Amino acid sequence: MSSLQAVRKTRSAIAMGLCYASTGVGLLALALILGALLWNGFSGLSPDVFTKMTPPPGTSGGGLLNPIMGSLIMTFLGVMIGAPLGLFAGTYMAEYGRNSKLAMVVRFINDVLLSAPSIVIGLFVYEIAVVPLGHFSALAGAISLALLVVPVVVRTTEDMLNLVPGTLREAASALGLPRSLVIRHVAYKAARAGLITGLLLAIARISGETAPLLFTSLNNQFWSTNLNAPMASLPVVIFQFALSPYKEWQALAWVGALTITVAVLALSITARVLGAQRTSS
Amino acid sequence: MAEAALSSVAKPAAQSEIREKVLRRFELGDQAFHVLTKSSAIAVLILLGGVILSLVQGSLPALSKFGFGFLTSDAWNPVTENFGAAPAVYGTLVTSIIALAIAVPIGFGIAIFLTELCPYKLRRPIGIAVELLAGIPSIIYGIWGMFIFAPFLQATVQPALIGAFADVPLLNQLFAGPPYGIGILTASIILAIMILPLISSISRDVFDTVPPVLKEAAYGVGCTRWEVMRSIVAPYTGIGLVGGVMLALGRALGETMAVTFVIGNAHKIHASILGPGTTISATIANEFTEATGDIYTSSLIALGLLLFVITFVVLAISRLLLMRIEGKGAR
Repeated sequence: MSSLQAVRKTRSAIAMGLCYASTGVGLLALALILGALLWNGFSGLSPDVFTKMTPPPGTSGGGLLNPIMGSLIMTFLGVMIGAPLGLFAGTYMAEYGRNSKLAMVVRFINDVLLSAPSIVIGLFVYEIAVVPLGHFSALAGAISLALLVVPVVVRTTEDMLNLVPGTLREAASALGLPRSLVIRHVAYKAARAGLITGLLLAIARISGETAPLLFTSLNNQFWSTNLNAPMASLPVVIFQFALSPYKEWQALAWVGALTITVAVLALSITARVLGAQRTSS
Repeated sequence: MAEAALSSVAKPAAQSEIREKVLRRFELGDQAFHVLTKSSAIAVLILLGGVILSLVQGSLPALSKFGFGFLTSDAWNPVTENFGAAPAVYGTLVTSIIALAIAVPIGFGIAIFLTELCPYKLRRPIGIAVELLAGIPSIIYGIWGMFIFAPFLQATVQPALIGAFADVPLLNQLFAGPPYGIGILTASIILAIMILPLISSISRDVFDTVPPVLKEAAYGVGCTRWEVMRSIVAPYTGIGLVGGVMLALGRALGETMAVTFVIGNAHKIHASILGPGTTISATIANEFTEATGDIYTSSLIALGLLLFVITFVVLAISRLLLMRIEGKGAR
């Protein structure tokens, strides 16, 4: 009897030990990646990175100004196009559709789009925006990013609006406010922190995206703000520079990688903190 | 007097006119907003339809030229314009499956740690730290994998594996050849790290749906922690766990940049998992802008279609399973 108990206890202790070890593995992986980024990227960090253009191959110096600007422009445009669409679609599902067939189908499709491979989105935009125009463009890049923003915003909008208590809406309706104003002035306000969280998550998601930009906005060695022409972006430049044989380019790729990771992690941590406030209040 | 009486009669009339105007404006605004949100929702549907249609259209030239042979052929020759999907499909499936084999036990372990073992104060910080892994852009995994992780594997792990299994039949086929560093195994391990947070956070959420009474009852009759997890929590959450794993599989299948850096990009099917290979997404990422000729481009789009179909099926199954466990949690 007691020996059986000992066996069961040992078995449990081993299993739980493995759980501790798994968590260790996860944390170790995070530490190793962030450590490598700091180690390799920090030394190259200088004002030049943010003030100078990308250098030609094999020369030292230069910075990442044009890809950083390009990333900012395309991310901004992508959010401007994608976020309203996502917001309205999410609103429909939470406020009007809720249990309708349309809402159920959209919810399902949206969840699938949420995890669909981004490179496929890139191919889609290539077919609809690059082939007809005959050339790569920043606008096509922004469209592909917008398509990645939509499902994230739809999901968070719906979830956050569902958290708004129905009594709030009833109170507003009882005062004679029409439904659209109830949604816009009461529900949106109550869910504001959550909606912003969704937006930040979407920005974090697209600012590191590379695959869909590879054949929509392509790349540009030079300064360009022309939306109808190819435009450099940080992830694509990292991709190109890291795979190049030039030491200087590889060093810049690490600096770019550090920059982008810090920005993306800052965004997602902010989103998380905001989201935590929302659900705990 | 008469005027005053008149104005007091006219006032309500004017007011009701104003009120009617406001009401009409409200109604119009209401309808406009309803239509706006509904059409946005429909636009999301059209989006998916558009993706499928455009991929089908783009891949028609290749599919009509190669037919079903496209799926089984292992040719990849831009010069003779002869293309087949087999090596890319093989690489996609094998890397994803190995990644799952590594990430699933570790992810479950983390979820158990976070729900059962971790001191309450540390739960949030550790949970967030693990989930930060999911926030790191995939190109960062790529550059880290190529410059740091692959050389490490090449210098230490791979020679050890080759040496250890040199005399074991079958396994010496699996771990054969010179240690390249990059290859199927390296890509799988990096994929495993990337999907780890997804598995752990979903299984943690799913574990949270177990009613505490069930666990308390099991502890009450003297079950150990492991027995509670295995006999109470695991059966109760089974469907949700499978859903989470499928979702992670969907991610791994479509992952592009991290794999592109470390897979080696060889259109070959090797018996050894140390050898270089390719995946669907890596092939597209590497070759799309260099593809010359309609058949080459079209073949790459056909690969994209194939990838989309595979991930769509996997993700659809996962969502259906997860929906069932969500319903359970709500009850």
